[in-house]
Amino acid sequence: MITYALGVGFAALGLALAMNLWRLFKGPGVADRILALDTMVINVIGFIVLAGIANRSATAFEAALLLAMVGFVGTVAYAKFLLRGDIIE
Amino acid sequence: MSGVGTWAEALVSGLIVTGAAFALIGSWGLVRLPSLMERLHGPTKATTLGLGAMLVGSVGYFQFVQGQWTTHELLISLFLFVTAPITANMIAKVHLLRLRLGEVSEPIGPAGLPPPPPTTTMPATDWATHEAPQHGTPGDLAGD
Repeated sequence: MITYALGVGFAALGLALAMNLWRLFKGPGVADRILALDTMVINVIGFIVLAGIANRSATAFEAALLLAMVGFVGTVAYAKFLLRGDIIE
Repeated sequence: MSGVGTWAEALVSGLIVTGAAFALIGSWGLVRLPSLMERLHGPTKATTLGLGAMLVGSVGYFQFVQGQWTTHELLISLFLFVTAPITANMIAKVHLLRLRLGEVSEPIGPAGLPPPPPTTTMPATDWATHEAPQHGTPGDLAGD
């Protein structure tokens, strides 16, 4: 049963990533692109979690945790740069 | 497979499918909705909730099926639930700033147009996004 659920989950997340990629290329504003990148990071974290379940290994979660932190810092850095023209004032 | 195992597998499968569906709905909202302030709702709420459901499903899988207690998922979900509002706030601030500068044009949302930029005769009426910190406030590093 979990195998089928994982198949559905991988398919849904792949479709979600394709949609995010469409928004990333389409724009129209720079804020849309930041939002699309942030959503892509969240979806990739979901992918890693599902891959951890599929491989029955808990070692992938460090990667997921690292990606969560780096994604947050990256988004805030983009936004901060656009708001103030500088990242660390 | 014992009764507990079947029950746990059904629970984990349901959580995985629910989480993936919410992530898909959030991304669909990101594509479908007309303006950025509305598009912000999809990823910040639906996708974060979907990822939370998937992480709880992962905890359940390793606990009930593998018999191994993991706390990494709880750490990830805690971190995501703390940071999602902050990133949404920052992106909304970027959008407001660019609307004010006239660099983007969008359909007017239900809340109407954002307030105009402050002038010498009329000070800013809303939250500040791009002005320098006022003198004496905590962000005023030059005054120290």
